[in-house]
Amino acid sequence: MSAPTTLLFDEPGPKARARHLIVTVVAVVVLLVLLGLVIKGLANPRNSQLTAAKWSPFLQGSTWADYLLPGLLSTLKAAGLSIVLSVVGGVLLGIGRLSTNRVLSAICGVFVEFFRSVPVLVMMLFAYYFALYVLHLADNQPFFGVVVGLVFYNSSVIAELIRSGVGSLPGGQREAGLAIGLSEGQAMWLILLPQAITAMLPSLVSQLVVVLKDTALGYIIGYYDLVRGGQTFSTNYGNLIPTMLVMAAMFIVINYTLSRVAQALERSLQRRGRAGGLPADQLIDNPADAAKSAASY
Amino acid sequence: MGELTDLITRYHVLLAFWMTVKLTVVSALGALIIGTIVAVCRVSPVGVLRWFGAAYVNVIRNTPLTLIVFFFAFGVLNTLSISLADPHSPTSIADNNFRWGVVALSVYHASFVAESLRSGVNTVPLGQAEAARAIGLSFVPSLTEVILPQAFRGAIAPLGNTLVALTKNSTVVSTIGVAEISYQMKNMIEFSPHLLYAIFLLVAICFVVLTLPVGAFFTYLSRRVAVQR
Repeated sequence: MSAPTTLLFDEPGPKARARHLIVTVVAVVVLLVLLGLVIKGLANPRNSQLTAAKWSPFLQGSTWADYLLPGLLSTLKAAGLSIVLSVVGGVLLGIGRLSTNRVLSAICGVFVEFFRSVPVLVMMLFAYYFALYVLHLADNQPFFGVVVGLVFYNSSVIAELIRSGVGSLPGGQREAGLAIGLSEGQAMWLILLPQAITAMLPSLVSQLVVVLKDTALGYIIGYYDLVRGGQTFSTNYGNLIPTMLVMAAMFIVINYTLSRVAQALERSLQRRGRAGGLPADQLIDNPADAAKSAASY
Repeated sequence: MGELTDLITRYHVLLAFWMTVKLTVVSALGALIIGTIVAVCRVSPVGVLRWFGAAYVNVIRNTPLTLIVFFFAFGVLNTLSISLADPHSPTSIADNNFRWGVVALSVYHASFVAESLRSGVNTVPLGQAEAARAIGLSFVPSLTEVILPQAFRGAIAPLGNTLVALTKNSTVVSTIGVAEISYQMKNMIEFSPHLLYAIFLLVAICFVVLTLPVGAFFTYLSRRVAVQR
C-alpha cells in the first residue's frame, strides 16, 4: 500500500523505514490491547455479551423475517420516498432561488436558509404533532413525520446543491442559450439544469447516505424503522449490544456502498471533463455548505 | 402570548437552550481532540495507522447518530453499567446521560473533523512541499512553516460546517433524556398542542440564532484567511 499523500513526507530512507517499522509494531500492539480490553469487557461474566445464546438468534430466519428485514424495509421506504420528494422540491426551490423574479428568489432563499438551520429532529417532531393534532391522521403519523421532516431539510440542501451546480457552469452557457433565441426559463431548463444536475450527481448520491442515516431519527417519534425493529427484537433475548452491532453493520454496508457509488460517479464525470462538485468524502451533513465553501477557495 | 411565556418558564426553555450550548461546546472540544488524532493517523506514513484512521472514519460516518447515542446510553451505560458519574450523587442519572451523550456526539463528529482536517491538507498543492524542500528546509520547518499553516486555513470552512451540524445534531441526545431544547419542545407540545406553531417557531428561532452567526463567522473567516492560488 503506497502512501495516499506524499505531501507531508519524503520517500523514506533506511532510517525512516526502521522508524516506521517500530511505530507500526507499537501501533499494532496498542490496537490489539484496546481490542483485547473491549473483548474482555464484553466477555466478562458480569456482562457475558459474547455467549452463543446472545448471538445465535441471528442465525434464525425468524429474526430477520420478523424484525430486522421489515425494519430495514420501512427505513428504506421512508428514505426512498423522502429522497424522491426532496429532489423534486430541491430542483423547484433551487430554480426559484436563481429566478430573475426578485420576490420569488427572496422567498425561496428565506425558505432554504430557514429549513437548513432547523435540525431535522425538530422538523420531524413538528410534522409528527402536526399530523396528530391538526390533520388528525388515523394512522401513519410517524411515517408522515419522518418523510415531511426529511423532505423539508433535504430539499433545502438539494436546492443549494443545484444553485452551486448552476453557479459553477461557465457564464457562456446561459448567454449562448439566450443568443440562439431561448427565453431565460428555456435556457435554465434545457441548458443549465441538465448540466448542473449531472455535475452534482455524486453529491446527490452522498445526500442519500445522509437521508438514510437521518431516517433512524424516526425512532424517536415512534416510526417502526430498523433501529426500532432491532430494539424490539433484542428485548426477547436481552442481547441489545449484539443487535446494535448487527444493525450498525447493516447501515455501514449500505451507506459505504452508496459512498463508493458516489465516488465512482465522481470519477466517471471527471473523465468526461465536467467539474464534479466536491469529492464525496469531503461531504459532511451539509454538502451545500461544503460545496459553497469549496467554491470560495 | 402570555400562555407561551408561561410555557417558557414552566419548561425552563432558557435552561434547555443553555444545555444545547453546553452540549455543543463540550462535544466540539471532544470531537476536535479525537478528530485530530484520527486525522494525524490518516495522513501518517505508517500503513497500520492509516488503515485505522480510514476504518474509524468509514465505520462512524456511515452509522446513524441515533444508533451511536443508543449504543453508549443503553449498551455501555445500562447493559455494561460503565458509569461516568458518581453513583451516590443525587444528579447521577442526569450526569451520566449528559456525559455519555457528549461522548456519543464527540465520537460521531470526530469522523467529520478528521475528514475536514484531511481535506485541508489536500488543498495544499504538492509543489509547496517540493519548494520547501528545494530551498533546503528540513522536515519539521517545512511542515510548520509551509504546509500546516496552509492546511489549517483550508480546513476552516469544513470545520465550521461540522460545528453547525454538531449544533443541530445535539438534538438527538434528547432521546436519552438530556433536557435540551427539542426534549422540552416535545413536552411543551404535548402539554399544550394548540400552541404547536408558536412552539415550533420558538425552537426553530433558537437554532437559527445559534447556527446562522456561527456559519456566517466561519465563512467570513475562511474567506479572510484563504490562500490565494
